[in-house]
Amino acid sequence: MTGAALPPYARAMGMEIDHLDDGTAVIAMDYSIRAQGRPGHVHGGAIGGMLEIAAYMALHTDLARDGSDMRIKPVNITIEYLRGAVPQRTFALGQVVRRGRRVANVRVEAWQGDREKLVASGWINFLLAPQKT
Amino acid sequence: MDDTPDNPLRGAEKAGPAAFDFVAFADFVCSVGHNEFLGLKYQRHGTDWVEMVLPWRADLVGVEETGVLASGPIVSLLDHCTSMAVWARRAMFVAHVTLDLRIDYVRAAGPRRTVTARCECYQVRRSMAFVRGVAHDGDPTDPVAHAAGIFMLVDSEQAPRA
Repeated sequence: MTGAALPPYARAMGMEIDHLDDGTAVIAMDYSIRAQGRPGHVHGGAIGGMLEIAAYMALHTDLARDGSDMRIKPVNITIEYLRGAVPQRTFALGQVVRRGRRVANVRVEAWQGDREKLVASGWINFLLAPQKT
Repeated sequence: MDDTPDNPLRGAEKAGPAAFDFVAFADFVCSVGHNEFLGLKYQRHGTDWVEMVLPWRADLVGVEETGVLASGPIVSLLDHCTSMAVWARRAMFVAHVTLDLRIDYVRAAGPRRTVTARCECYQVRRSMAFVRGVAHDGDPTDPVAHAAGIFMLVDSEQAPRA
């Protein structure tokens, strides 16, 4: 089960769940003018947005495995842009590196045709908080 | 930047700072691609800083129940606004790419609030430009996000000698 539905922003950008990788959603986004930054390339912000969605989905899945319904708040994101992302389908996948009681650290990667050639990678730290009652 | 005929930048790169109409350039880059989709708008600028806004829109929301903007559009706003600050400081357009960008989400933006970014380029080198900025939803002293980043020139031969 992929858990959370994609938020309006992700749907508006054309992001979708491509497939599951060991239970975690691989996010994909086809190239469109909506995602264009400098001509012939995907906007860095759109890549950043994808990384965040992938990280959120990975953490949501990780929490759901333990039956946890903690709320997730992003604290910060650090993005390294490794290659220009060209007009192609882009993929992103997050990996929960550590999840404690209050903080989760998620590593996330984005790529295009070749899984080994990353276009961007990043870290996102999330604050975990109990559901408001 | 672009080869389209209405690009006010055409030829400006070669002509240098004197020919650089920053406001026309800022408006142009907000009118294309991802920036246009998000509705980013140029507000004002100084010699090393730029202010831009991201108006609230229902399809840019992160959590449907709260109506708060997703963080993705705020990444784009800060990425673009810091990028513009580099061109403001260089007083010319040079092709560059984001090397690294860090954003701290200080607090959530208010529901249905326009987010304003004010970003500065605090240092330029031959091939690198260093930037920082904040995003707020009305009060610059109570930011929603803080950004720090580095842009790298695509071709360092383009760099101004100054």
